[in-house]
Amino acid sequence: MNAAAESTFVADPYAAVGEVVIDCQVDKIFYGDFLAVRDSLVPVEKHKITGFIGPSGCGKSTVLRSLNRMNDLIQVFRFEGRVMYHGQDVYGPKVDPVLVRRYIGMVFQQPNPFSMSIYDNVAFGLRLNRFKGDMDERVQKALERAALWNEVKDKLKNSGLSLSGGQQQRLCIARAIATEPDVLLMDEPCSALDPIATRQVEELMLDLKKNYTLALVTHNMQQATRVADTTAFFSVDISHGGRTGYLVEMGPTAQIFEAPREQLTKDYISGQFS
Amino acid sequence: MSDFDLTKAVETARPMPQLARQGFEVRALKSGLLTGLTWLAALIAAVPLVSVMYLLLVKGGSRLFGADFVEVLTGLPPAGFELGGGIGPAIVGTLVMVGIASVISIPIGILAAIYLGVLEPRSWLANTSRFLAKVLTGFPSIMAGVFVYAVLVIHWGYSAWAGGIALAVLMLRTVVLAAEEAIAQVPQRMKDAAYGMGCTRTQVIWKVVLPTGLPGILTGVLLAVAGAAGESAPLLFTALFSNYFISELSEPTASLSILIYNFSGMPFPNQIELAWTASLVLVLIVLMFNILARLIGQPKV
Amino acid sequence: MANLFASAGSASSVSGPPSGSDYAADSIFRGLAWISAALIIALTVYILVEILREAGPAMQAHGVGFITGTTWNVNTQQFGVLPEIWGTLYSSLLALFLGGSFGIAIAIFLTQDFLDHRVATVFRTIIEMLAAIPSVVFGLWGIFVLIPLLKPGAEWLHGQFSWFPLFSTDLAGPGMAPAALVLAIMILPTVAAISVDAFRRIPYKVKEAAYGMGTTRWEAILKVMVPTASSGLLAALVLGFGRALGETMALAMLIGNANQISLSLFSPANTLASLLASTFPEAGQLEVQALMYAALVLLVITFIVNVLGLAVQQYTIRKFEGKK
Repeated sequence: MNAAAESTFVADPYAAVGEVVIDCQVDKIFYGDFLAVRDSLVPVEKHKITGFIGPSGCGKSTVLRSLNRMNDLIQVFRFEGRVMYHGQDVYGPKVDPVLVRRYIGMVFQQPNPFSMSIYDNVAFGLRLNRFKGDMDERVQKALERAALWNEVKDKLKNSGLSLSGGQQQRLCIARAIATEPDVLLMDEPCSALDPIATRQVEELMLDLKKNYTLALVTHNMQQATRVADTTAFFSVDISHGGRTGYLVEMGPTAQIFEAPREQLTKDYISGQFS
Repeated sequence: MSDFDLTKAVETARPMPQLARQGFEVRALKSGLLTGLTWLAALIAAVPLVSVMYLLLVKGGSRLFGADFVEVLTGLPPAGFELGGGIGPAIVGTLVMVGIASVISIPIGILAAIYLGVLEPRSWLANTSRFLAKVLTGFPSIMAGVFVYAVLVIHWGYSAWAGGIALAVLMLRTVVLAAEEAIAQVPQRMKDAAYGMGCTRTQVIWKVVLPTGLPGILTGVLLAVAGAAGESAPLLFTALFSNYFISELSEPTASLSILIYNFSGMPFPNQIELAWTASLVLVLIVLMFNILARLIGQPKV
Repeated sequence: MANLFASAGSASSVSGPPSGSDYAADSIFRGLAWISAALIIALTVYILVEILREAGPAMQAHGVGFITGTTWNVNTQQFGVLPEIWGTLYSSLLALFLGGSFGIAIAIFLTQDFLDHRVATVFRTIIEMLAAIPSVVFGLWGIFVLIPLLKPGAEWLHGQFSWFPLFSTDLAGPGMAPAALVLAIMILPTVAAISVDAFRRIPYKVKEAAYGMGTTRWEAILKVMVPTASSGLLAALVLGFGRALGETMALAMLIGNANQISLSLFSPANTLASLLASTFPEAGQLEVQALMYAALVLLVITFIVNVLGLAVQQYTIRKFEGKK
């Protein structure tokens, strides 16, 4: 693929099969003067896991974090495009990012429990949203769903920071799902975990999608094949001396990995670059 | 082959260095001497401290731990040739004025630290504010007294208010800088988690940043309080002094530090003894706050 | 604000918008924080402006002669602070010499692996306690312990070497020597703390490189660690000097409050700060104005020194941030 073609290439749009919960339409994403991502249409379907894969620097994390306006925390960030969620553009002038994040939760790469008890960590979102019902029950349910309940049920008062890395990440997941948000975004949630904990989190994700919609960024292709229903492959365009990420191809995971349409996708899948 | 002695050949070709330590090495000797001098320096530095503490306990303690210690703690300062008396008003005065100073400087200091550490750390306002707080740290403490004199005392006279405000000016710089450091140390990933849950900026601060940074903030606050309790220069011409217990905040007020200053220059042994006693009480108060600060300063992260 | 996403999520979802009071609290709180940060700037400016204003009349009346004049006479309204400026600088320099060198030595002592952990903590505690002792207490100790201690030595030195300018007078009581000594003790913790910080900033690989070449401990310290930390140590000395310039109470009690200029270590003298401390309470209006002028002079001197010290410190921090 020559440079000129690369810089004007736009992926074939993916026709969503089910209901689209978040319709992400990226024209351009800037950090200051740096064009980080261009031309990427990523529909996220309900009760499915949409995987974002690609080499480092391809913008997959940037696009994920744009869905719940987490990138707003970076002052020089600029989003051109639309992210349609429930009939509203998340980047619309009337929309408060704080509101968006109540409905679109996030789990981060590094486990980041608060320095409070395990119980308070999980109850954090419930209290924030002024939940008036049975707090204990919701906390237990979230911890059970996160496959952590049996390990911590006797020490709910202990600090969240006293757990192991894998347990902390499952605690963060429990915290994120306690309020049962509409969508859960996961930014390389297993990269800091050992293989056993990774396996547990992956099984957890498969279980979660029954009740939630998930979008997952991973640099591990095998994880995408194990877990994602739909996969979006991003790459980096270095044709004009910059490093601009863009969507190359998106489709059902089986199709992406067994019969990719784009040469670039084929090359990445077969390990030609990473 | 018999002519060729391998060992000798190697040894003459390149002499092996002696790795074992030699007895008399100039370098090692110099090193030892310098180490000895440094130990000496450290021990000499400890001497004033030991001397001060010893005298406080002996001279101050003799009065404080004696039979009339109630009188000492609650009685009024004696006049010229009087015997007996105590430092009661001074203790109360110090506590009152430090209290006023704390109530003013702690909230403002922590709020400013929040702005500097979390809200807009790189803004012009934050950078300038931080710089000036550091500059203020080097200001002579008597300047606070001069300033408050010009602004308050000239119009409304000497008072505990004036003394408290002068101390507040001094406490502010310590609280702001210490609190900002504690707040800035809260890991970004914890703040990210709170934002990700849909917290407003104030909620991130109240629910995550302040609780996590609290030990560090408290340490700074306690150290500032300890410093304020020991200050005397700013009180010289704002609170002045009084020989009676404080009845109103708008009149001159006694304080331990000014009592020590006044009594130290008097030719009466009774007064001098009370100066030592007051010094002991003051140092105990200051040390108590310092130790508390140290105990609390264990971070939770 | 309407909840635009009210229909999102399952029936059991707890997600909801922030309440009106949440939004209000957010705005108010952030406003208060902004005001507090601005207050610090406003306060500093106000202090400077106010002291300038109060010093105005005296500045007009005495002009530059104030700084070069040597008499302070209320009756003849002659006011000059040259002796005080001299006293301030001389005492602070002496204190810096002594307190600075001890402070850096102790910083080396604490950071260059001379001590096991617990003993190091003991010494660090000693230094911190030294910093905690109030100025007046040092003054008291100086009067009743240090001066009597110094007198015999001073007498001997004066007797033997009175031709030497530093020993040209007798120590009758308060004077430059006890004041400078106590001042040295008081700035020692400051210099030590900033120096410790400077040594701690040195990247570990520098230390590795030094020892890897086979140096003795002291060669590593003197030829590598100290030069590397040199800008931080300079900052420590400058800031310690700044502290000494502003120190008031102990000096007021120990320096003798005599408006004279002398090189002798044993003669009484005066500093700007102790002039303010001793004269202000009894001063009449004209004298107060002159004292305000003196306060301004002190302010300017300490401001310049402190800004310099902070600049050197900033330079040090940036230098090591780059090295990482």
